[in-house]
Amino acid sequence: MSEVQTVENMVSITIDGVDYKAKEGEYILNAARANDIFIPAICYLTRCSPTLACRLCLVEADGKQVYSCNAKVKEGMEITVNTPDILAERRAMMEVYDVNHPLQCGVCDQSGECELQNYTLELGVDSQSYTIQDTKREATNWSSVLHYDPGLCIVCERCTTVCKDMIGDAAIKTTKRGGEALDKAWKDEMPKDAYAMWNKLQKSVIAPSNGTEHTNCSDCGECVAVCPVGALVSRDFVYTSNAWDLKRIPATCAHCSSGCQIYYETKPASIEDRTEKIFRVTNEWNYVSLCGAGRFGYDFENRTATKDTAAFTAAVEAFKKAKVINFNSVITNEEALMLQTLKEKLGVKLINREARAFQRFLGFYGEASGQSLYSLNFKEVMASDFVMSVGSSLRNDNPNARYAFNNVQKLNKGAGLYFHPVGDTLVPTFGKNIEMFAHKVGHEEAALLFIIKLFADQDKLPASVKEQLESDFVELLGGDTAKFEKGFDKMMKKKETFSLMVGEDLYFHEKAENLAKLIAVLESSSDVKVAMIPPKTNSLGVALICDLDDEAEGYTIGYNESGDFKLSALGDGDLDMPAMNQQEGTLTNMHKRVTPTNAALEYNGYVLNDIVREVASAPKETIMWTEHLPVSKGFKAVEFDSLPNHYTNDGVEHRGYLLESTSVEVEEISVDKFDDANALEGEIAYRCNPQRQFNDFSDKAHQIFEGFGLYASPTKAEALGSKVEVEFANGKLTLDVIVDERMEGDIVAIPDFKSAENIYELFAGSRYQTVTIKEV
Amino acid sequence: MGLEQFKNRNVGTQNYKTLDLDHTPVTGMGQFKQVVSRTFKPELFVGLWVTFREMINALFRGKMHTTQYPFEKLPISPRYRAIHDMLRLLESGHYRCIGCGLCEKICISNCISMDTKYDENQRKEVSEYTINFGRCIFCGYCAEVCPELAIVHGSRYETASEQRASFSLFEDMLTPIDQLNLQQEYQGFGAISPNADENIKKTPLAY
Repeated sequence: MSEVQTVENMVSITIDGVDYKAKEGEYILNAARANDIFIPAICYLTRCSPTLACRLCLVEADGKQVYSCNAKVKEGMEITVNTPDILAERRAMMEVYDVNHPLQCGVCDQSGECELQNYTLELGVDSQSYTIQDTKREATNWSSVLHYDPGLCIVCERCTTVCKDMIGDAAIKTTKRGGEALDKAWKDEMPKDAYAMWNKLQKSVIAPSNGTEHTNCSDCGECVAVCPVGALVSRDFVYTSNAWDLKRIPATCAHCSSGCQIYYETKPASIEDRTEKIFRVTNEWNYVSLCGAGRFGYDFENRTATKDTAAFTAAVEAFKKAKVINFNSVITNEEALMLQTLKEKLGVKLINREARAFQRFLGFYGEASGQSLYSLNFKEVMASDFVMSVGSSLRNDNPNARYAFNNVQKLNKGAGLYFHPVGDTLVPTFGKNIEMFAHKVGHEEAALLFIIKLFADQDKLPASVKEQLESDFVELLGGDTAKFEKGFDKMMKKKETFSLMVGEDLYFHEKAENLAKLIAVLESSSDVKVAMIPPKTNSLGVALICDLDDEAEGYTIGYNESGDFKLSALGDGDLDMPAMNQQEGTLTNMHKRVTPTNAALEYNGYVLNDIVREVASAPKETIMWTEHLPVSKGFKAVEFDSLPNHYTNDGVEHRGYLLESTSVEVEEISVDKFDDANALEGEIAYRCNPQRQFNDFSDKAHQIFEGFGLYASPTKAEALGSKVEVEFANGKLTLDVIVDERMEGDIVAIPDFKSAENIYELFAGSRYQTVTIKEV
Repeated sequence: MGLEQFKNRNVGTQNYKTLDLDHTPVTGMGQFKQVVSRTFKPELFVGLWVTFREMINALFRGKMHTTQYPFEKLPISPRYRAIHDMLRLLESGHYRCIGCGLCEKICISNCISMDTKYDENQRKEVSEYTINFGRCIFCGYCAEVCPELAIVHGSRYETASEQRASFSLFEDMLTPIDQLNLQQEYQGFGAISPNADENIKKTPLAY
């Protein structure tokens, strides 16, 4: 979508007699939308495959009636949006949608933002010609967050489409309604397409695809977002507010490094309590998909903060004597720059474990490749047709990386390779052409060498890599060589763009430098381009802005982390700080984009800028730091208030700006020899959060239920018992065992979202550790 | 009618009539004569007779005109806009309000506020509803917009109270359940027109 529009890939089309340019291979509907032409359509979702459920998008192209969501533009195509026949079809379709649709629009949660209402009015439906007996349909709760009212559902299948094509859970599907069959007499009386649409509609309703009453999914709520009517609503939001009462605050989600566009929607909490409260989070669902943490984990604000002058004075004193500042990546670029300024002026050391690991890795990669940043952003990954992932638990680490992996399979007829020691039952279901390698921990280099072997031009490889390519990697990585070779030819058919996503496992790897070099070799010798998943929210921003230290001792200030003096946005520290939904600033996301976020809720306490002003010097407002972000690292010297935050109809993202990447010439890379004896053996724990949990803030939100425990595959969980003690080399933990039905194998996952548990210390600079687990 | 005469704000040149009053007497004798002539004119007895006649009518013939306010009140037009009433459904006695929030939205002085929630019967329940009568300007938009004829203007025009809050909650405005039979349909803004049925196209039903 964000690819450069060149003259070559544009074709000329005519819509209603006016000439337009459109991208070759684009669907007519998208081409029309990009040119601001309106074609009615309910079931189509940009970035998903056409569903053909509503049939409203009928147009006439070169004299034939086609569905514009499903027909591609051709050079010289002449399109007419409205003909008398088509208008009659559309009107009949809208009448059909209105048959038996409840008229309680007054209480519906869609409250006027309803596409059924809009199209009924748009197409001038003022009388009803069709009838059929209604079927009793009861409202149900699909999960802890999803509420479905089939009585309101028009079975446009947008929810099932987005769940399958974008999210990858495919947790819901159409199922039999058990309603009355259509009277055959309608067939002759009605327009043809309207009849066909009604026939299908009357037979179906949406239900969880696992055959039970409840969905087994990641609870992302994207189905709620795309629902054109009020059939799907989050349980917490049902009947609590009208859409028009809510004030929308454009922001950036601060839970993971995806940095998704969101709107916080606020209004006064109740009649008694007039303070603003966030009622829900919405998104531009045509262009961005959220995960469950983004959509439901919004009430993490720091309510208790006041201007506590005594605490503030203590904080200033603490900063004056501080030797170390310990912080994490849930921080804006501006605050990161403040900390960096403190380091320069006061000589404190900055500790941020995840960002430091990522910074080192980026550094190694930069040295080897000459690129200051990784090559691809995740929008480009989504546009590729062969996608690979190494070193990231796709389902847990970053929802957008997972959506990209899935979307490539569904929409680009793509193929994928997934390398990860923790087996996963979901990833292989994304598409037919996916090969999963549950390799041994420590064999990440082998995975990269294997990719090099598959894709690289042998002549461009340095000798140190070439000599390592002889081994049978499929076997080594736990696959079946014969089967793979047969399947791989099929996977490679008609593939043009190749992408590789790498994740946190590699940054926290003992051989991180060598892995970074291998990635550089891969990029220089093949068509594969690499995108990196920053470990936490703003790790990329922190890695670029701050000069982080590895080790430090002395009086420590913890910012949302442990320390001798604690600044905390969770309300549990020595001085309160604003949470991410209470402050404005910018975040650097994994798409290499610096995006603005705004304050949704009021905050009455002190901010970091106040402290920096006391101990060093600082401008009046936090956002005045935005224009001083380091230009040498790719940031731009622009004011916060001039940063845009929206999408246009053609799907182009206008949010903040993209980081500039610089490149220099490099010498030939020499890599270390891979030693397969480095593999970790025994009982292994993996530092990995459950889906929808990323940090203390997502944990604080009342709609995020995933607990802090030991996550294991069903078989492993059974073997472990219900509560276990996990012993690390430098400490132990007692945890409840929680079954993750989509995990496979013996590796257990231990979350790090609670900073108080000091999980990073236990794992000692790696994501995998050998542990002893006993039941207690 | 042209507006010219209104646009001319020069008072001096306009067509004002001056009252034809006698000159005020200035001498002592002149003043004495005026008092005497006014005192003994028979108009005094005309006035006294009217009063006496009405007194007789009121006291002995049962034609009393005085309204014993506040014990008695004069009827007011159904279109008068006083303190709001919340009506109930006549059949079930349940309050009519569905919590759609239109009154809250349309209120130009921003004085209506409501909280709603999902109740155990899977319906939208109005858990709290209040009108701030300190701000209400009695414009009648809420009654006009209400799709259920639930909020209407009643006839309680005395808006003096120890606390304005004392009649601003939902229960205060709601028809008491034991007086449901006395509930009057509202005739003011937003009421159904007498020929409403003629203007409706009926939706066909399969059963």
